[in-house]
Amino acid sequence: MATELPGFVELSLQAALVAAAALTLLVSYRVIQGPTVPDRVVGLDTIGTNVVAIAALWAMLSTQSFFVTVSLVLAIIGFISTITVARYVTEGDIIE
Amino acid sequence: MTAEAASAVSIGPVRGALIVLLVAVGVAFLVVGTVGLLRLPDVYNRMHATSKATTLGAASIALAAFVFYGPGGDGLIGLVTVVFLFVTAPTGAHMISQAAHRMGVGFYGGVEWPGEGGGERAEEVGQDGSETGSASPGDD
Repeated sequence: MATELPGFVELSLQAALVAAAALTLLVSYRVIQGPTVPDRVVGLDTIGTNVVAIAALWAMLSTQSFFVTVSLVLAIIGFISTITVARYVTEGDIIE
Repeated sequence: MTAEAASAVSIGPVRGALIVLLVAVGVAFLVVGTVGLLRLPDVYNRMHATSKATTLGAASIALAAFVFYGPGGDGLIGLVTVVFLFVTAPTGAHMISQAAHRMGVGFYGGVEWPGEGGGERAEEVGQDGSETGSASPGDD
């Protein structure tokens, strides 16, 4: 596991992972205590974007390139879920 | 499912420094977007912070993954992630803001929507019920 990486690259990637996880926890405050529903939707979208970043960081840290594809799929799922929730809030019905 | 071992990714000092720089820029943008999401007073302001800053942070980290894996198949997927984020983040933010407008979520302070009451222009025209842009309810 990550034997080819130089020391400073591995250290910086671990620090970035810790920072991204802490930021995701901070964003969950807005999801829990947003005064309106669009606040919570914005918070969930931000959490999705943070998880995309975390997947890309883990793809670099573990030297398993499969997780780059995982980050792309997570970005697609986050976009579709955001549009679905926005339509559900306004229309009340997604499949008409 | 690549059953082969981890492809011999030999990171030199220049590529390592570039990766560290891109990751640092990405984390900085993620921090800025999160602070904006937590501190700004309004839905639209929060979306303004997150839909640009957080997207830039994630795209910078995906670009670092592209630099890490080189212009092969996997690094190309990182570039596709960058393009996808840049295309879809404004679309999602626009959908959320439209939903908030239709729900009736107001602005912070005394800010009004343009052309919907408030301001001196509406006082000059005189509101006689002809509001443009309001969809008639009940249409299927």
